[in-house]
Amino acid sequence: MHPAIQGLLTIVIGVGACLAYFYFSNQVLDRVLFPAKGPHAGRNINRANMVRPWLFLFPALFALSLYLAYPVVETLRLSLTDRDMGGAFIGLDNYTQMAREPKFWEAMRNNMLWLIVVPAMSTVFGLLVAQLTDRLSWGNIAKSLIFMPMAISFVGASVIWKLVYDARPAGSEQIGALNALYLWFGGTESQTWLTLPFWNNFFLMAVLIWIQTGFAMVILSAALRGIPEETVEAAIVDGANPLQIFFKIKMPQIYPTIMVVWTTITLVVLKVFDIVYAMTNGQWGTQVLANYMYDKLFVARDWGVGSASAIVIMLLVTPILVWNVVQARREMR
Amino acid sequence: MDNIAGRKSSLSWAVNISVVVIVALWLFPTVGLFVSSFRTADQIATTGWWKAPFAAEQNLTLRTGAPDSQAQEGDVWVIAGNLFDEEGVQPAPISVWGISSRDVGAYAVGETAETRAGERITVLENGDYRMEAPERMEGSRGQRVFVTAVVPPEFTLANYRQVLFSDNSTDSMAKAFFNTLTVTIPATIIPIVVAAFAAYALAWMDFPGRALLIAFVVGLLVVPLQLALIPLLKLHLGIGIGKGYLGVWLAHTGFGLPLAIYLLRNYMAGLPRDIIENARVDGATEFQIFTKIILPLSYPALASFAIFQFLWTWNDLLVAKVFLIDATGQTTVMTNQIVELLGTRGGNWEILATAAFVSIAVPLAVFFAMQRYLVRGLLAGSVK
Repeated sequence: MHPAIQGLLTIVIGVGACLAYFYFSNQVLDRVLFPAKGPHAGRNINRANMVRPWLFLFPALFALSLYLAYPVVETLRLSLTDRDMGGAFIGLDNYTQMAREPKFWEAMRNNMLWLIVVPAMSTVFGLLVAQLTDRLSWGNIAKSLIFMPMAISFVGASVIWKLVYDARPAGSEQIGALNALYLWFGGTESQTWLTLPFWNNFFLMAVLIWIQTGFAMVILSAALRGIPEETVEAAIVDGANPLQIFFKIKMPQIYPTIMVVWTTITLVVLKVFDIVYAMTNGQWGTQVLANYMYDKLFVARDWGVGSASAIVIMLLVTPILVWNVVQARREMR
Repeated sequence: MDNIAGRKSSLSWAVNISVVVIVALWLFPTVGLFVSSFRTADQIATTGWWKAPFAAEQNLTLRTGAPDSQAQEGDVWVIAGNLFDEEGVQPAPISVWGISSRDVGAYAVGETAETRAGERITVLENGDYRMEAPERMEGSRGQRVFVTAVVPPEFTLANYRQVLFSDNSTDSMAKAFFNTLTVTIPATIIPIVVAAFAAYALAWMDFPGRALLIAFVVGLLVVPLQLALIPLLKLHLGIGIGKGYLGVWLAHTGFGLPLAIYLLRNYMAGLPRDIIENARVDGATEFQIFTKIILPLSYPALASFAIFQFLWTWNDLLVAKVFLIDATGQTTVMTNQIVELLGTRGGNWEILATAAFVSIAVPLAVFFAMQRYLVRGLLAGSVK
């Protein structure tokens, strides 16, 4: 069967099955199990209303548990067992094996660099653009153009930036913008930027910063608009200069939003895989955790160490998870 | 901010200029790819894309006619013709030329060079040449001539023809394009349906454990999907789904649900209570309330999530690699195809740029058409 027809069928069957499930389960509940008539009509209605939420929730809860909650537990189990010995419990052996690998520590070091640089730069650039475009007549067009990379895949962005970083042998004309610029400003010979030890990490980060700045800008721009005019006006009347207004009046008011932007980008950074995979595949000292994990799982076929590194990513995410849940619960009250 | 106080900022020109610079900086890489996708391999390899709109000096390697086209004129043997015609190359005015690769600019037009074999060759600006030899010329191919010509700017659609319509399976994006579409559409629609019902229950039904469930969803929002790869692949292989479309649809549905439920619940919880209570009093069932009132009113939130999920599934590489693409490679998606091109065709920028642009064209179109909903969804998802 042609996959397109199969896809169409899946939509029809999937959506149809969902709607049918919801419709008929409600019918069964109201007509068969707890009919709203007869001697116990009142009691039946109450009981039906107690069951109904779970009918509505069941498919989603089932999928969430199976596709996100169960894997967390299962990955934890896999990271503590040995694949060769038929899943025998081996304690922390996978972790100690991982800790002996220099590639893992390289990935950890790089991930820490990514975690500091990318959220910081994206937020700063986003804030800068949001503030600059705030009262510009063509601000919306500018914002929309800076926001655009959000729609581009990490892989597409990697190709785009590989062209920027392209290097030709010395003597021939450079077709990579960065090398052309470098030579124009008096560089002596072309550089292969992606193999430059240590600094190549920053050239990879530039790609993600380029993508995430738009996101930071959109959120922060909305937050800046939400600042009450009176506070700014009062500061102006008191003789504050623009810098003071920005840092002393506006920044404190949008601080919670900055935190949200920062943590959201942090999450993206922890999962960054495509960019490193497509541009260097972790060579030349650019390994990161997500790509290290992919290497272990699908290239080296070592599920134990691969799961262990996945758990490391999960541990790094956990503080944000807790913070988010606490925030959400506070909001609900 | 100064104009609140009644005067226009004296710095407004500085603000304008810095925004122009930032926007240009942000667009520059993408424009480079776009321009490159319309240039020939030769053009890309010899000049930077930013020089594409200008005439460029290019070194071409051409050949005279083969010795079997020679004619005898008196006591000399002659081959004559036009260098550009021989090779079928677009003619361009020649500035200098040479017959050795070590010195490609040895002669000006109109001058005469002598080869080691004793042939005398003259090249004119328009590419006409005349090669004379005292004896009959031997060999099967013509004399190589290196010319430096000023080539006018030229753009071509040939790259797109090759990437979209060629039969060569390593270059072809057409199949990958349809595969991506096949992955994306069900993976966008199905989670919406599942999530909408759950979001309604979480927003408007009262039951014990509701707050806990919302916290559960919020927690799952940030669980990295990397953790799910091995357990779910084992599960899929175990229950016989294996690697394929069904697996990738299910996986995308599962991974998209937390955001879908979260966004939709937040939106639905903000709908006016009166409407729903009135409908209940009028005897509508919960199912009717949901399909006739809540769903139509939640259209903006549904659109927001649909765009997110569409962009995310279209641009995804990891999930497709793990759950979809098997050893036969029949089900490859565009992102994977591009990564493979980066490996096999790393230097062929005309193919790479065109392939990449084909893959980002659809998300860009969706982005510009539906930007309003995307922004709204982002704000609902994070500012709270």
